[in-house]
Amino acid sequence: MDMGIRLALTLTQIGVVMVAVLLTVAVLTLLERKVLGWMQDRMGPMEVGPYGILQPVADGLKLFFKEDIIPAGANKFMFSMAPVLSLVPALIGFAVIPFGPDWTVDVGGVNFKPFVITDINIGVLYILAFASIGAYGIILGGWSSNSKYSLLGGLRSAAQLISYELNVGLSIVGVLLLSSSLSLVTITNAQAGGFWNWYFFGGGGFPQAVAFIVFIISAVAETNRTPFDLPEAESELVAGFFTEYSGMRFAFFFLAEYGNMILVSCMATVLFFGGWYAPFEFLQGPESIHWLTGIFWFVLKVSSFLFLFFWLRATLPRLRYDQLMRFGWKVLLPIALANIVLTSIVAFLFPGN
Amino acid sequence: METIVFFYFASVIVVTAALVVGLRSPVFSALALLVMFFHVAGLFVTLHAEFLAVIQILVYAGAILVLYLFVVMLLNLKGEVRFHHQLTVGLFLGCMVFAEAVLLVVKGDTSSLGQNFSPSREPAQLMQGNTESIGELLYSTYLFPFEIASLILLVAMVGAVILTKKGILEAKS
Repeated sequence: MDMGIRLALTLTQIGVVMVAVLLTVAVLTLLERKVLGWMQDRMGPMEVGPYGILQPVADGLKLFFKEDIIPAGANKFMFSMAPVLSLVPALIGFAVIPFGPDWTVDVGGVNFKPFVITDINIGVLYILAFASIGAYGIILGGWSSNSKYSLLGGLRSAAQLISYELNVGLSIVGVLLLSSSLSLVTITNAQAGGFWNWYFFGGGGFPQAVAFIVFIISAVAETNRTPFDLPEAESELVAGFFTEYSGMRFAFFFLAEYGNMILVSCMATVLFFGGWYAPFEFLQGPESIHWLTGIFWFVLKVSSFLFLFFWLRATLPRLRYDQLMRFGWKVLLPIALANIVLTSIVAFLFPGN
Repeated sequence: METIVFFYFASVIVVTAALVVGLRSPVFSALALLVMFFHVAGLFVTLHAEFLAVIQILVYAGAILVLYLFVVMLLNLKGEVRFHHQLTVGLFLGCMVFAEAVLLVVKGDTSSLGQNFSPSREPAQLMQGNTESIGELLYSTYLFPFEIASLILLVAMVGAVILTKKGILEAKS
C-alpha cells in the first residue's frame, strides 16, 4: 500500500515537472525569437495568432507532420537512437532540482517532498554525470548520418563537451567546499536568509563570483549555444550534427538543447543564487506561503539566466575552433583551479561561517 | 528481490562485455561498453554505493568512452583493420584465467563472502553518507595507494606534454 502511494505520488510529480519543462521549452522558442527580434530592432514572428503567440504550436505541428527522412548509407539503428540518447539526459537531471521549500508532507503514511522529485545526497554529481552522457547523442547522431558535415559537427562537439565539462565540474567545487554537501537541497538550505548568504555574494565566507562566471561560460559552451555553437555552425557546417535529421527526430535534438539550457539555468540558480530563497527575508512572506514565493523567486532567477542566454546569442560572434580550445584549457581551467585553492584555504581557516 | 536484481545486472554485464570484444564495428563495441558501464553503476547502487555509481558513469561513460569514440571516428576504422590473428594467444590466456577462477570458487574459502553484506551493516554506512566515508578512507587508511595512483597519473601527464613538445625541445639543441 505504502509502495503504491509512493509510486503514484512520484509519478505525478515527474509528470508535473516534465510537462512544466516541455511547456517552458515551447515558450522559450517563441521568446527567443521575440527577444532576438527586439534586440535587432525587428518584430519577430507575428503571423500565427495575436503577436505570434501561437507560433510554438504551429512549429510543433509542422515538425510532427514532416516526412521522416533517413539518409542513404546511414546506420539506421544509431540514427534513430541518437536523438533519444540526447533528449533523455537533458530531462533526467531535473529529478534532483529543488524548486521550492524543503517541506516533508505526510500523505497516507508516506513521507513525501512536494518540491523536489528526489533528494539524493550526490545530486550535483548526478546532474554532471548525465550531462556528460548527452554527448553520446550528438556524437552518434553526427557519425550515423553518413554525412561529412554531420561528422565534423559531431567531432567538434565531442572535443568541446569533454573540455568544458571539466570546467563546469571544477567551478562548482568551490560551492561544494563551502556547503560541504553534494545534495542540492542542502546547498539551497545553506543559503537561506538574504542575498548576502548566496554563494555568489560571499555566503560561507568566500564569494564564488569568479566561479560563477567560469560556470556560466562553460555552461553556454556545454549547451552548444552561441558564441560556442561550433558543432552546429550554420555558416560553415549547414547545421552540424543534425544536418540530416528531419521531423520528430530533429525536434528531439531541439528539445534536448532547450532542456539543457533550462537545466543549466536551474543549476546556476540553486548553486550560486540561493535557489528558491528571496533576496530579502521580508520578500519571502510568512511561512505558509513560502511555496508560492519560493516558486516565484525560483522561476524569476531561472528566467533571468535564460534571458542571459538569448542576450549572449544576440551580442557575440562565434569563436574559432582553436580559440575555443585555448580559452577553455588555458584561461578557464586555471581560473577554476585557483578558485578551488583559495576557497579551500578560506574554508579551512574560517570553518562554519 | 535483491537476488533477481543482482542477476539481471550481472548477466547483462557479462553479455555486453562479451559483445564489446565480439562485435565487428568499433562504434558498436563502444556502445556495448556504455551499456556495461551503466549496469556496473546499477550494481553499485544496489550495494548502497551511490557515489561510486555516479563516478563510474561520470568518469568512464562520460569522459573516457567519449574520448574513445572520438578517436574511433577520427581514424574512421574499417571493420577489417582489426587484430583477428591473436586467437591462439587469447584462447591460451582465457583458459588460464578461467581455470584460476574455477579453482578459486571450488577450493577457496567462500563461507565468509555473504557476511560482509548483511543488512545490519547498512544503516551505519547510510548515517554518514558514502561520499564522506570514501573521502575519509582515502585520506587515512588508503593514503599511500592513493598518493601512488596520483603520482602515476602525474607521470602520464608529464609524458604526454613531453611527447607533444618534442619538436620544440629538439629545435633548441
